[in-house]
Amino acid sequence: MQNDRTPLWLYIAILAAGIVAPFLFPAYINQIAFLWLMVLFALTWDLVGGQMGYNSLGNIFYFGAGMYISAVVQVAMFTDVGTYTSARGGEQLVLGYLDYFWSFGLGIIAAAIGCVLFALVFSRIMFGLRGPYFAIGTLGIALAARELAGTWEWIGGGSGIAMPVYPGQPDEKSLVFYGIFFVLAILTFMCVRWLYSTRFAQAINAIRDDETKAEAMGIHTLRHKTVAWSISAFFLGMSGAVFGNLTGFVEPLEVAFPTVTFGIFMVVMSLLGGKGTLWGPVIGATLFHVIKEVTWTYLLGWQWVALGVLIIVNVVFFQQGIMGWMQTRWPERFGITVDASMSSRRDNKGETGA
Amino acid sequence: MLDNLNLLSLAPVLNVQLLLDGIFVGAIFVLAAYGLALVWGVMNVKNLCQGEYVIMGGYFAWHFSTYGLHPIFSIPIIAALMFAMGWVVYLSIIRWVIGRDLFTSLLATFGIALVVQQALNLAYGPDVRTAEAGFQVHSLFGGLVTVAEIKLISFGLCIVLATCVVLFMKRSRMGQAIRATAQDARAARVMGIDTERVYAFTYALNAAICGAAGVLVSMIWVIQPFYGVPHSIRAFVIVTAAGLGNLPGVIMAGFGLGVAEQYAGFVLGAEFQQATAVGLLVVILVWRQMQMARYRQVVE
Repeated sequence: MQNDRTPLWLYIAILAAGIVAPFLFPAYINQIAFLWLMVLFALTWDLVGGQMGYNSLGNIFYFGAGMYISAVVQVAMFTDVGTYTSARGGEQLVLGYLDYFWSFGLGIIAAAIGCVLFALVFSRIMFGLRGPYFAIGTLGIALAARELAGTWEWIGGGSGIAMPVYPGQPDEKSLVFYGIFFVLAILTFMCVRWLYSTRFAQAINAIRDDETKAEAMGIHTLRHKTVAWSISAFFLGMSGAVFGNLTGFVEPLEVAFPTVTFGIFMVVMSLLGGKGTLWGPVIGATLFHVIKEVTWTYLLGWQWVALGVLIIVNVVFFQQGIMGWMQTRWPERFGITVDASMSSRRDNKGETGA
Repeated sequence: MLDNLNLLSLAPVLNVQLLLDGIFVGAIFVLAAYGLALVWGVMNVKNLCQGEYVIMGGYFAWHFSTYGLHPIFSIPIIAALMFAMGWVVYLSIIRWVIGRDLFTSLLATFGIALVVQQALNLAYGPDVRTAEAGFQVHSLFGGLVTVAEIKLISFGLCIVLATCVVLFMKRSRMGQAIRATAQDARAARVMGIDTERVYAFTYALNAAICGAAGVLVSMIWVIQPFYGVPHSIRAFVIVTAAGLGNLPGVIMAGFGLGVAEQYAGFVLGAEFQQATAVGLLVVILVWRQMQMARYRQVVE
């Protein structure tokens, strides 16, 4: 069981920073909101990829699916979806505060439920695949969803759906969405933190280490894998719903299923921070997002090349990530006792310690 | 959709067009898929940048054609160039990936794919391009079926290239060493084969095959910096469907995929052509699982 040895003051400091940040740096409020989204991405990816060893390249599917579900639900509450989308964004829904938030909340709930249902179905389909086949299969799902969403006229096809207009001022909108992303990230963190202290985490760690043995020990592996992926999908779906409303426009290629941007970012962030740890994804996401936001505009078109190089270097030469590196460097600070006679593998990250 | 199906039954000649086009592009898919199967089988690296190498070869052909070199004659030069590039990529990246867990190779090659895509985008811009080969187009059956000479030539070149590769694998010293390493790398090392060199050669050979395939793609189809991903997916579909070390299977699966894409594009609409390969990938993975589940096994 992974005991969280993080001091309480750190949590308080992060909470305080998250609350104060939008008022201290009002110009960067959207960037900081995206930071929380990135933290959520990395945490949900790590739950399946790092803790359970099922490296998915298609988790972005739930993000996009959540976005579309919420969009359809929100639009359907006030008008007919087919005629609305066939107008090609000619007129956007203009709602009052009450209607807006009422439909928005319902959209988020629908997105979460819908994504969990999707996860239940896809677990059946995908979890017989191991290792690289799982990665490619999930990538296939994300790409297929992206292509199919682009051809489905009822949800707007390639030209997308325009979301209802936020009833208030732009500044107020930023602040509201910042709050929602912040709360979502905190919720996700609390959920996985609690999860990692339970038997469930031990079971999925056992699946990662040796699935056949785990099954032989009496763990119902498919059920555990399904639950883990569903939790991941639950939060990703909600974040997708919120993101769609923030952007104000849902479109399959760049917004809903950005496979090569957000879809890869989640993997890179988890790996950078150290997969299979509680804080790794958070650190990785923060570092990645800050570096990205600071350097992106100065790279003048070379940013994507830089991203590719970062992935290669990260994966090939620094796979243990920052947390993994720290744990091997100072194991005693993480409560890991290293028995020299037992540790033959250099890459033993000591997750089973404590 | 039903209209198009009706059209097919009313004018059965259209099937000939779809079949021909499918086989012509399928032959190119076979080349890239064979390269993937080679790398996969020999060094157990899932090369996700297969399609990017294809597109890269295509862009080189286009680049040379702007200097007046006909794409067909640029094939050997491009194969050599891609061979060298493959060797460099091997030495700098792939060498560290062999023997690590499989997700590492997948992600690392995905990183390479990203770099290549973006570098091509920076170098040539996002426009869709075709290397002009300048051959005639023949009409058959009163204009219902058109066959471009260049497609026939490309098909012939595919066969020539594939034969060369197969003969090389069967006859040459290096080919034998590659096959020996694929069977048992450790035994091959014991027998005095420099497996490190074999790996490098295999990876470089794969890049060269892809580059040559890319030249053909640029002649009979279109290239664009971001069109590599579908090619990679297609290679994966073919190899997953056929299995490793199964050349007849790869050929059949390649033709099948080419034809399936043409039919999907015609019956469902052109926008479904891209989705076909991806959809087939998911379908084939599910089918493989069901196959394996009969023996209480999983797809690994």
